[in-house]
Amino acid sequence: MFSKKNLKLITDPFNDSNPITVQILGICSALAITVQLKQAVIMALSVTVVTGFSNLVLSMIRNYVPNRIRIIVQLVIVAALVILVDQMLKAYVYDVSKQLSVFVGLIITNCIVMGRIEAFALANKPWPSFVDGIGNGLGYGLILVTIGVIRELTGSGKLWGIQIVPDAFYAAGYVNNGLMILPPMALITVGCIIWFQRSRNTKLIEN
Amino acid sequence: MDALFGSNAVEIQNSSRTNPYDSIIMEYFNAFIKAIFIENMIFAYFLGMCSYLAVSKSVKTAVGLGMAVIFVLGFTVPINYLIENYLMKAGALSWLGPQYASLDLSFLSFIMFIAVVASFTQLVEMSVEKFSPALYASLGIFLPLIAVNCSILGGALFMQERQFSNVGMATIFAFGSGFGWALAIIALAAIREKLRYSNVPPALRGLGISFIVTGLMAIAFMSFMGITI
Repeated sequence: MFSKKNLKLITDPFNDSNPITVQILGICSALAITVQLKQAVIMALSVTVVTGFSNLVLSMIRNYVPNRIRIIVQLVIVAALVILVDQMLKAYVYDVSKQLSVFVGLIITNCIVMGRIEAFALANKPWPSFVDGIGNGLGYGLILVTIGVIRELTGSGKLWGIQIVPDAFYAAGYVNNGLMILPPMALITVGCIIWFQRSRNTKLIEN
Repeated sequence: MDALFGSNAVEIQNSSRTNPYDSIIMEYFNAFIKAIFIENMIFAYFLGMCSYLAVSKSVKTAVGLGMAVIFVLGFTVPINYLIENYLMKAGALSWLGPQYASLDLSFLSFIMFIAVVASFTQLVEMSVEKFSPALYASLGIFLPLIAVNCSILGGALFMQERQFSNVGMATIFAFGSGFGWALAIIALAAIREKLRYSNVPPALRGLGISFIVTGLMAIAFMSFMGITI
């Protein structure tokens, strides 16, 4: 079940084929909801569930869907899964669901979901597709959590809403970097993560 | 932000003493400018980033995709507004009869919005292909991309969240957001064409520098914050 090939499907998205920094998929939501760690973690879990199950379902029906209408079929199945996730979030973590606002709905058009369906699930058996979906969701989550930690720690001195930077620092003149909370810094943080990753892994460099 | 809207409302009331239509026109114009510059789809909400980064290598294709986004966003948001207000919202079905007034179908709105967007792009693609091959050659290849562009569904979801007072405001918002998106992608494409001649560190080439350039552009766009007309 977890053969070497399937394990590779899970581990690859963490580095060599990370959905955000290498495949350029699913950037919209990665930037908008990373002001706080808690939002980032819940978003990452939601996306993982949706990518995993949409890959599974579409891989099962891949031989019965006519090619011309496949985009609409994919969108409808993904939308149904996102509605389930949205209702779950509203029921169990209502405050986070309010903060994520439109970005839960936008998982439907998140390029990771569609990208992995098109690139993997339509050509592979259900179980590897499911593993691939979960792996890509987690690879996406890794970047989301990294950005969330950087932005919340430097921007408001907290993690998961708990103060990390001690009061003594503030007394000594330390000031939170308010710029990190603003939207533009998310872009620059991602730029720096890409820079860091590619200078360590030189085969990813573009010409 | 609330303070801004408040002061704006006072201004509108003052101007309405001179000409009753002025206030409405100013309100629409203000909403249009706000959607383009202050609440720019890319720089404030990061919607449609995937195609923004992937299709911004040359100005010509960027213009094509920008036009297609303006067109599709401008038509799907009003359609979704009507669906939301006359079919989906709590009590929206009361025009059918009093027994339907308690229905709330809003949990179905995601699937409805995406169905409208996907079928609209398919319809436009087919009709453009049939009636105007020249336009199809320049615009047509972008239309399938647009069905999964976050900014189109994002426009519909923002429309749902912000509860616009009438379909006119929703249309103005949609066209403004489309123009803002097109402006952003054309600007980035122009910068990337020039970047080809500069010496960027190898690890930053391509994707990395595009992110940082977009970040700097977003900081510049933040200076529009707080402008009202």
